[in-house]
Amino acid sequence: MSDFPRWKYALVALVMLFGVIYALPNAFIPLPAVQVTANRDAPPIDQSVQQKVTAALTAQHVAAGEVSVQGDHLLATFANTDVQKSGADAIKAALGDGYTVAFKLQSTVPGWLRAIGARSMPLGLDLQGGVHFLMQVDENDVIDKQENSYADDIRALLRDKNIRYESVARNAVRGQGIAVILRSADDRAKASDAIANEYTDLLVANGPSTGDRFVLNATVKPEKLRDLSRNTITQNLGTLRNRINALGVSEPLIQQQGDSRIVVELAGVQDPAEAKRLIGATATLQYRAGIGQPGDTAAQQAAQSGNIPPDANLFYMRGSQVPVLVSKRIIVTGNELVDAASGIDQQSGTPKVDVTLNAAGAKKMGDFTNANIGKPMAVVYVERVTETKMVDGKEVRTPKITESVINDATIQGAFSKQFQTTGLASPKEASDLALLLKGGALAAPVDIVEERVIGASLGQDNIDKGFKAVLLGLALVLLAAAIYYKLFGLVADIALFFNLVILLAVMSLIGVTLTMPGVAGIVLTLGMAIDANVLICERVREELRNGSTPHAAIRAGYEKAWSTILDANVTHLIAALALTTMGTGAIKGFGVTLMIGILTSLFTSVTLTHAFTALIHGHRKLKTLSV
Amino acid sequence: MEIFNHDSNIPFLGMRKYSIAIALFLMIASVVLIATKGLNYGLDFNGGVSLVVDYDQPVQIADVRAALTKGGLDHAVVQSLGGTREVSIRMQPKDDVAAEKVSGGKVNLDRISDDVLKMLQVTRQDAKLKSHEFISAEVGAELRSDGTVAAVFVILGIMFYLWIRFERRFAIAAVATEVHDVLVTLGILALVQREFDMTVLASVLAVIGYSINDKVVVFDRIRELFRLARKAEPEEILNRSINNTLSRTIITSLFTGITMAALYFFGGPAVHGFAVTMLIGIVVGTLSSIFVASPILLWLGVSKQDLMPVTKENPELARRP
Repeated sequence: MSDFPRWKYALVALVMLFGVIYALPNAFIPLPAVQVTANRDAPPIDQSVQQKVTAALTAQHVAAGEVSVQGDHLLATFANTDVQKSGADAIKAALGDGYTVAFKLQSTVPGWLRAIGARSMPLGLDLQGGVHFLMQVDENDVIDKQENSYADDIRALLRDKNIRYESVARNAVRGQGIAVILRSADDRAKASDAIANEYTDLLVANGPSTGDRFVLNATVKPEKLRDLSRNTITQNLGTLRNRINALGVSEPLIQQQGDSRIVVELAGVQDPAEAKRLIGATATLQYRAGIGQPGDTAAQQAAQSGNIPPDANLFYMRGSQVPVLVSKRIIVTGNELVDAASGIDQQSGTPKVDVTLNAAGAKKMGDFTNANIGKPMAVVYVERVTETKMVDGKEVRTPKITESVINDATIQGAFSKQFQTTGLASPKEASDLALLLKGGALAAPVDIVEERVIGASLGQDNIDKGFKAVLLGLALVLLAAAIYYKLFGLVADIALFFNLVILLAVMSLIGVTLTMPGVAGIVLTLGMAIDANVLICERVREELRNGSTPHAAIRAGYEKAWSTILDANVTHLIAALALTTMGTGAIKGFGVTLMIGILTSLFTSVTLTHAFTALIHGHRKLKTLSV
Repeated sequence: MEIFNHDSNIPFLGMRKYSIAIALFLMIASVVLIATKGLNYGLDFNGGVSLVVDYDQPVQIADVRAALTKGGLDHAVVQSLGGTREVSIRMQPKDDVAAEKVSGGKVNLDRISDDVLKMLQVTRQDAKLKSHEFISAEVGAELRSDGTVAAVFVILGIMFYLWIRFERRFAIAAVATEVHDVLVTLGILALVQREFDMTVLASVLAVIGYSINDKVVVFDRIRELFRLARKAEPEEILNRSINNTLSRTIITSLFTGITMAALYFFGGPAVHGFAVTMLIGIVVGTLSSIFVASPILLWLGVSKQDLMPVTKENPELARRP
C-alpha cells in the first residue's frame, strides 16, 4: 500500500548512484608533478629526454615517483611539494633553455571515471597556494598619452597651416582636453576647421575669450578613449597569456573583470616573485633599418657562417624563425608610437596595419624614409625579463633580453606620422602585429591593485581544517538528529550524507572551484538542509498527536510540510542568487555553493527521505512511528 | 525525544509591546553603534597590506609588535591567528617609508614583505612568511558598495516573492524584521569590533537567507491556521502559529548552530569571522522570528479574508443574496 511510485524509487536510486560516482574523483588526491614541454626549436620530447631527466634526478638524489612521456610532454611525479621543487630545479638544470618546466598537480583519478566526465573539483588558491593578481589598466596613462600626442599634433598642424597661436597646452584637469589659445576670432575659426578636419577623434568647441585671447578647446571623444582602454585590456590579456604560457603554469586563469581589470591566478606556483617579474616584464619596440632586401640570402649565410656585419644584428622572425639582418641603428622606439590598428587596405584588399607616431617620432621617421625609399625596415620586439637564480646560496639576478623581428618590409615611399604596413598574409597576422606593436609601445599601462600570495603550507592547513570542520559538523548534526528523531532522524541522516555527496558531485561536474568560503557554504548547507527534515518530522509528530494513523501521518506530514519547505527554500535561494551576482571571487564561490546546496537539499531532504520512509514503513501494518 | 511541550501556549503576542520596544531599541542602538564606533573594516574593504607570519617556536604578540616598532612600523596591527605560532600583521603600504621611496609611489608588496620579515628576524630567526597580500583602497570601496547593493537586492527579492506567495502585509513584516536582523547583527559586530571582511559580508547576506527561512515557516503556519479556522481571532491564530512551530524553530537553529560551531572551532582563522557572524545571526534571527515578525503582522492588520485562496467560482454566485 505504498503511496510512493516505483519510478520515484528508481530516480532516487539513480541520483544516489550519480552522486557517489561523480563525487568519487575528489577522493583521489592529486600528486605533485613536473611537466616538461619542448620549446619551438628544441628537439621534441622522446625517450632520450626521459633518460636525461631520470639521470639528472638520480644524480641529484631526488626521489621521483614516475617519469613518463605522455604525448608531447614529459611528466615526473613526486611524493610532496618539497621534492617536487628540487626535482624541477634538477630537471631545469639538466635540460637547459630549450624546454619549459612547469609545476603541475597530476590527477590520480582512474581512467574509467575520467572517461565518463567525472573529475575532481579544482582547488582555489587559498586551498593549494599560489598567486593572485588583480590588475587595473591605468586609464590616466592612456589619456595622458593621447592628449600629449594631440597637443603636439595640433601645434604642428597650426604651424603647417600658418595659423598664429599663443599657446597649445593640455588643460590642468586630465581628460579635459587641450586648450588652444589664438589671437583673433578669425584665427580661431580657421584653427577650429583645420583641427576638426584633420583629427576626427577630437571634439572642438570654442571656449571663453578675453581681450585678445581666443580659446579653443579640443577634447578626445569619449568613444575613442573607451576604445583605447578596451584595446589596452585585450592587448594586455594577450601579452599576459603569452608570458604566462612561457612561465609554464599548468592551468592559469587570466580573465577580464569588469571594464578595466584583469585577474591572473596561478595556482601552485612555488615562486611567486618570478611569476610577478614575468608578468611585469616590459617590452619595447624598435624600428630599425634593415640590411639588404627582405628575405635575401645574406641573412641565411650570416646565420650559418656566424659572420655578422659589424653594424648589424642577426635576429629571427617571431614565429617562423627566419633569420633577418637588421642595422644597429634605431630609427624610432615604441615610446614614440601612439597607436596601431589592423584593417584591410582599400586598394589592394590585403590586410594592413596602420601605425601612428607622435610628432617627435614622425620627424625622425620622415627624415629616415626620405633618404631610404626602396630599402628595408624592420620592427624589432624587445622583451626584458629579470631572471633570478640561486647560485651558491645567493640570489643572482640577470636580466634576460629576448629580441625578435616581428615585421620586415620595404619602404615604398617617404612617410612620417602615419603609415601602413601592408602585404600581411592574413587578417589574423595583421591583428597580431597590431597587438604586438601596441604591447611594445605601452610600457606600463597596468597597475597591480590586488595581490595575494598564499604559501602552499597555508593551503594544506586550510584543506585539513576545512575537511575537519565539514566532517565534524556533519557528524554532530547526524548524531543530534538520530537522538532527537530516532528512526526518522536516521533516515534524515542518510539524506544529509547524500546531500553532501550529491553537492560535491554537482560542484565537481560543473567545475566549481573550491575555496574556503565554499567550504563554509558546504557546512552551512549541511546545517540548513536538516531544516526540511525537522519540518517534516515535526509535522508527522503533530499529525500523530492529532490522532492520525501512522501511514496517514507520514502522508500528511510530507504533504503539509512541502509548501513550507518550498517557500523557505525559494526565499533562501533568492539570497544565494544575490551572493553569486557579487563580482568578487570569494563571495561568488560561497554563493554558488549555497545555491547548489539548496537545490540538492530540496531533493535529498524531501524525495530521498520519502523514498526511504516509504521503503521502511510501506508494507507493514504500523501501530506506532519512531519519530 | 521531545524537549518542548507540544501543548505549550506561551502568550508571545501578549508581550508584543515589550518585544517590539526591545527590538526598536536594539535597532536604534545598532545604528548608533555603527555610526559612532563603526565597523572594523578589514583589508578587503579598506585596502592595505597583510602578512601572515609563521614561527617555529611560540611567540608573544607584544614581542612582534616591539620588533616592528623598532623597525619603524608604528602603525602595524598585529593579531594572533589562533595558536601561538602564527600572527597576522596588517599595515598600510605607506607605513614602510623606505619601500615607498624605492618604488616611487607604487606599492611594492615583495619589498614590503621583505622589509617586515627582516625586522622580525632581527630578534627571531624562525619567523617565516606564510602568505602576503595587498589590496588597493579603491577595490575595497567597490566591495562595500557591491555588498550594499547585494543586501538591498536580497531584501527586495524576498519581499517580492512573499508579496506574490502570501500577501502584502507578510512581505512588509518579513522585510521589516530582516532589516532588524541585519542591523542588529552588524551592531553586535560593531560593538565587539570584530573584523569585517569579505567572508563576514558573505555571512551577513547568508544571515538574511537563514532568518527569512525562519519567518516563512511561521508565516506559512499562520496562513494555514487562518484558512482552517472558523472563527479567526488574529492574535490567537498568530500566537498558536508561533507555538506550533516553536519546536522546529529552535531545533533548526540548534542544528545550524552546531555546524557553525564546528566551523568556528575547527575551520581555522579563514572562516572564523564567517562562523561567528552566522552564530550571531542565527540567535538574532530566531528571536526575531518568535518575538518581532508576528507582532508587526498583527499591527499591520492581517485577517482571514486576505488569506483565503482566490476561488474560481462563478461571479454570478457571489452576487446572489
